[in-house]
Amino acid sequence: MQRRYSLKALAAVATLAGLSALPAHAQDTIKVGILHSLSGTMAISETVLKDTVLMAIDEINAKGGVLGKKLEPVVVDPASNWPLFAEKTKQLLGQDKVSVIFGCWTSVSRKSVLPVVEEMNGLLFYPVQYEGEELSKNVFYTGAAPNQQAIPAVDYLMSKDGGSAKRWVLLGTDYVYPRTTNKILRAYLKSKGVKDSDIDEKYTPFGHSDYQTIVADIKKFSQGGKTAVVSTINGDSNVPFYKELGNAGLKAKDVPVVAFSVGEEELRGVDTKPLVGHLAAWNYFQSIKSPANTEFIKKWSDYAKAKGIAGHKDKPLTNDPMEATYIGINMWAQAVTKAKSTDTDKVIAAMAGQTFKAPSGIVSKMDEKNHHLHKSVFIGEIKADGQFNVVWKTPGPVKAKPWSPYIEGNDKKKDEPDGKSKL
Amino acid sequence: MPAARQSRFRGIPGLGSRMFRGPLLFQTPPACAMLSSIFSRLIACLLLCAAVQAHALTVEAARAMASGDTDERIAALQQAIATPDDATLAFIRAMGEDAVKITADKAIVMKDDKGYDPVSGAEVPVPDDAEDIVNNNRMRGEFDAALASLQLLSPDVAQRRTAIDALREETDEARLPLIEKALAAEKDVALQARLEAIRARILLASSDASQRLKAAQYLATSGNPGTRTVLLEQLRNEQDPQVKAAIQAALTAVEGRLQWGEKLAALFTGISLGSILLLVALGLAITYGLMGVINMAHGELMMIGAYATYVMQGVFQRYFPGAFDWYLVAAVPVAFMASALMGAVLERSVIRFLYGRPLETLLATWGISLMLQQLVRTVFGAQNVGVENPAWMSGGVQLMENLQLPWNRVIIVAFALAVLAGVAFLISKTRLGLFVRGVTQNRPIASCMGVNTARVDTYAFALGSGIAGLAGCALSQVGNVGPDLGQSYIVDSFMVVVLGGVGQLAGTVYAALGLGVLNKFLEGWTGAVLAKIAVLVFIIIFIQKRPQGIFAVKGRTAD
Repeated sequence: MQRRYSLKALAAVATLAGLSALPAHAQDTIKVGILHSLSGTMAISETVLKDTVLMAIDEINAKGGVLGKKLEPVVVDPASNWPLFAEKTKQLLGQDKVSVIFGCWTSVSRKSVLPVVEEMNGLLFYPVQYEGEELSKNVFYTGAAPNQQAIPAVDYLMSKDGGSAKRWVLLGTDYVYPRTTNKILRAYLKSKGVKDSDIDEKYTPFGHSDYQTIVADIKKFSQGGKTAVVSTINGDSNVPFYKELGNAGLKAKDVPVVAFSVGEEELRGVDTKPLVGHLAAWNYFQSIKSPANTEFIKKWSDYAKAKGIAGHKDKPLTNDPMEATYIGINMWAQAVTKAKSTDTDKVIAAMAGQTFKAPSGIVSKMDEKNHHLHKSVFIGEIKADGQFNVVWKTPGPVKAKPWSPYIEGNDKKKDEPDGKSKL
Repeated sequence: MPAARQSRFRGIPGLGSRMFRGPLLFQTPPACAMLSSIFSRLIACLLLCAAVQAHALTVEAARAMASGDTDERIAALQQAIATPDDATLAFIRAMGEDAVKITADKAIVMKDDKGYDPVSGAEVPVPDDAEDIVNNNRMRGEFDAALASLQLLSPDVAQRRTAIDALREETDEARLPLIEKALAAEKDVALQARLEAIRARILLASSDASQRLKAAQYLATSGNPGTRTVLLEQLRNEQDPQVKAAIQAALTAVEGRLQWGEKLAALFTGISLGSILLLVALGLAITYGLMGVINMAHGELMMIGAYATYVMQGVFQRYFPGAFDWYLVAAVPVAFMASALMGAVLERSVIRFLYGRPLETLLATWGISLMLQQLVRTVFGAQNVGVENPAWMSGGVQLMENLQLPWNRVIIVAFALAVLAGVAFLISKTRLGLFVRGVTQNRPIASCMGVNTARVDTYAFALGSGIAGLAGCALSQVGNVGPDLGQSYIVDSFMVVVLGGVGQLAGTVYAALGLGVLNKFLEGWTGAVLAKIAVLVFIIIFIQKRPQGIFAVKGRTAD
């Protein structure tokens, strides 16, 4: 009896060992790290990016993978906790030995990851619009720099069609992205002859939910002349802000609000009827008509249905950071194919000048030097169904200027990260 | 242009009203019929007065108004409304509602997924490549102004009033003749005054200094915030010293009048924030204040209430779309019951074993709060869900020219007061309230008197939880509904209860309203970030000085 028992146990252990040896046996995969918060405050925005990467990986694998190897996703959850982002990066690069990481949303999380990827010579693709003022050879920025989002938006509002705004309210959540963006915008507006007294800069704490006073102030400020509001309010707080705007009777044609962090996904939780006509500036909208976009949306809705992604399975939405993520992973795959290796330095070299047919309808190009994409800028007006009407766009793709010329001392900085090996 | 149509416009003006009643576009029963007759009369009147040769809407004109460069569209629009007919009116209205599609050579008006020709009103097929009309804000403003200027001479007072409302901010000199014509025809004294004000605003930018002077003097009597805008604008450009002085005087007068509205508005925002704080803290005042349970899951009970509201919204959308506006009324008891039930389950299964052990309660309830959040994430997804304001809660009531109280805020203030009254009644006047007070004050004696203390605990906890559910229902109308909803309010609610004095309903009320007004006052002064810090510092200092809160429990309480 005793012996039989131990025999059984041995057999079980052997089977288990065999099972766990299986993945180790399949050495021919390329590991791809996904570093997006799946819990905590940022889960709202970041979860779909994880799914976008997974979708793209499925797609690439279905076509035979890269360099004849399948891609293997390694998903970790940094839980909206900035120091945890750095730890998880260490784990991905050190333990899991991933070839590339797709991740981060807030600038704080990127700043926390940055020293780790630099030290361990990893590769990070960052898919969200940000404030610039950063260049690292280990990071590719597939979101917009300020001159690819903020400045064209302000130009539009100053134009006749945008309402010829004379006074400006710069409203944001109190952290690095809004502060830096507003610093750039203030300098830019001044260069256009706007006086300091015609600019009102306001900040609210994270998760602020009572916008009564701010909306009342905007109303009062707008009595001094045609006013536009530039909002860098972060995700969640937008709902109470827009609700308050609607109820206070501030119409888009009187005081237009242009937002840099409000996309299709953020409007999901909002009753959009009072918001019709308010604006958002992005490099992609779901409503853009192009064959590449139709295909992208179809892929996403099929994927969301197949995987039963909450929310998206009934009402699939795509947005700008999803597009940026999708471009990023495809360009990476192309670069690996070109470099015939997943070695970080070789891939970085191969990334320069990569092009990809972006869902936004342009051929997106990775700049030869500065690790940013060339992007078209679109201004969209909110429609009653939560989608955007594109009312203006740049004539062609705009090259990113990560070092904004409107911040002092930036004119001396190089448009290329240091330490790139010349291969 | 069809000949029949043209002849209609050349018809005898006196018969106009009857003839115009012809094939109006998209007739939706009585209201539209009435409107149409008004429009036809209005147009007939316009034809009479101006005696212009009318050109009916043409296919080309419609296409030109609907698409192309904004400047060209506006030009086409101006041309069309110079000689309007009812088809033009209907078409402008449809464009304003984005209910127009454009093909290569014409515009099609959409209604209930069917296409209609804007000129003849006949149903036409919609080609697949037809694109939606794109209106920017400038275009939308032009449509509104065009419609208003067409209605300005309407025989119907209500129509004229809406038209004047829409033109309130008007400063375009091109509209001056129209305003003057309307002014001459206006009989209603109130509307006359408002037209005068519009005229004065336009004249303020006139090239004639005496006109500007007169306008400035007239505007000094205004209480409209928009007046300040034009006065400031003109003050900057004004060269004539005499006019400049008059504008300055007018500006001072207007600003003095506006100040009252601004002060009252600031006070109202404070009260409104206070009422929300009161709602989120009332439930806690029972569970923590009376029962002494440090309930970290209080926020999540609110979240359950908010999600119950969301579910009710879905139920009404699906089963009673006709009564959709009343979903909120039905959601109130549902939110209460859902949270109360959850509270009762919590009390029975976890909290009752932890009475008298505050640290363990704190940890256990915090764990429960995380579990509840994850539960909601699993069921409803991590994304926020949309809860719409019913129509009767959207918009606001205009009390003064620059004082508009949003309905949702007003209703929440009233709701908070009603809940407060209910709780006060329950605690001080009913048998359950008596038991709750008895048990919390002296458990052994209450037990000796035959009170089933365990059951009373459950009821009291369920009541506190249910009130949290009501708060969640109210919060869904002003903010986000998502799994993290509770977290943003839990600190506030503890702050209010502690500041008010543990175990005191009245203290909670004073603390909530006081913090609300203080917060809003500071926010207007220092900005939102500093205000929040200042309030926290204030509370810390206050609690240092008065650890028992605003109101201390007096007398002997056995613990």
